[in-house]
Amino acid sequence: MNWLFNNLDLVLRLSLEHLQLSIPPILIGFVVALPLGWLAHRFRVTRGILLTVVGLLYTIPSLALLVALPTAIGLPIIVPTNVITCLSIYAVALMVRTTADALDAVDPDVIQSATAVGYSAWGRFWRVEFPLAGPVMLAGLRVVTVSTVSLVTVGSLVGVPSLGNLFIDGLQRNIPLEIATGIVMVVVIALALDALLVLLGRFIMPWTRVVKASRNRAVEFEAATA
Amino acid sequence: MNLFWDAIVWIFTPVWPRGTIVNTVVQRLGEHILYTVISLVVAIVIAVPIGYYIGHSGRGRQIAIGLSGAARALPSLGLLTILALAIGVGRAEIAAVFVFVLLGVPSILAGAYAGLEAIDRRTIDAARAVGMSEWQILTKVEIPLGLPLLLGGIRNAALQIVATATLASYVGLGGFGIYIFGGIQSHDIPQLVGGALLVAVLALVLDGLFALLQKFAVPHGVAVAMAKSVRTRPSRPTAVVGTPIS
Repeated sequence: MNWLFNNLDLVLRLSLEHLQLSIPPILIGFVVALPLGWLAHRFRVTRGILLTVVGLLYTIPSLALLVALPTAIGLPIIVPTNVITCLSIYAVALMVRTTADALDAVDPDVIQSATAVGYSAWGRFWRVEFPLAGPVMLAGLRVVTVSTVSLVTVGSLVGVPSLGNLFIDGLQRNIPLEIATGIVMVVVIALALDALLVLLGRFIMPWTRVVKASRNRAVEFEAATA
Repeated sequence: MNLFWDAIVWIFTPVWPRGTIVNTVVQRLGEHILYTVISLVVAIVIAVPIGYYIGHSGRGRQIAIGLSGAARALPSLGLLTILALAIGVGRAEIAAVFVFVLLGVPSILAGAYAGLEAIDRRTIDAARAVGMSEWQILTKVEIPLGLPLLLGGIRNAALQIVATATLASYVGLGGFGIYIFGGIQSHDIPQLVGGALLVAVLALVLDGLFALLQKFAVPHGVAVAMAKSVRTRPSRPTAVVGTPIS
């Protein structure tokens, strides 16, 4: 336990740095994937191209991307921007597919009704399709959040400080407690951000639980009439 | 782009240790594939029966989802280092395989039970109605119909394992990670980028193989049912013109 008491400030500082590296990719993933996901949802040609490209991007191992990407675009490897860029690529790759799926799942009847009552394409997207796709997109963003927080630790291997430093140092100095502290802090940050997203979702999408209840009723109704 | 060219040149001018029939790149490739295959097989053996049990009985689904979510939050690098310390760096293979199995199980489990759950309940009721036993329903109806999603889960698991197997070198094991870590330590950029390219290409090839497998292993009837493309479903019943009123 000595190690932990002597290094509380280190753990705290690395946790903050970890958080600073985790949040930008999650936000970038959501924002960039929105137009791309819409493109993949709307046109068959762009769907094929985009889903293939994001599928391939997601396949590239993180350590390989962390090393190869800065080499390709002429960035030094040991900068936070590199880790943020690489993790943003994964976040976008995951969110494009989720966004496209979420928009696909919006009931076409609702879209036609919205058009019928006079929404423009732009207004209909923001006020009908986007809110209705919200719950599925939130589910995707939660996956992105948890995996991003966990992946940030790999950045330590190329020299960008995060909680991963505790793993490296703990292995070299043979202090299991140090590694365990790192694991616990990563899980705590991941679960905290996840809980924050769930709360945010309840706050901005208060209808989700109502929809879920009525959907169950609809299924029961369908089963009864089938 | 020069750096990539240097890396490619580096890949194709490998060291041939004296008295061996393969060069070091092939040897590292073999190690990387070995870790991946062993871990994947163990993960499949663990996850598929549990997934089928959950999918067939509908029991324990919430627990499986909760555990899978928690497992996703665990950083592989942390698990690998702490297990290597706990088991002993001399036997790091066990630690590595354990971590990779843990990494692969949630995807395969999800693929197995989601594949069974996605089946139309009426199909299963029909199978029961024609007198199939529970075992026959599982093996002749549920497993073939759930195969596409199960293979998707195994594909995800394989990709995660092959990517994470790079970290194995960090606890003194082989695989392509050796080149990345070696390159970082000695500032040998061609070796570093060459290692990264090798891992990326291996992952892409593996993904391609699984895509082919998914295409061929799916029963013909399922393939036809799956071929439903986007936006073919009319949003509302089309107007019925000229049908006689009976």
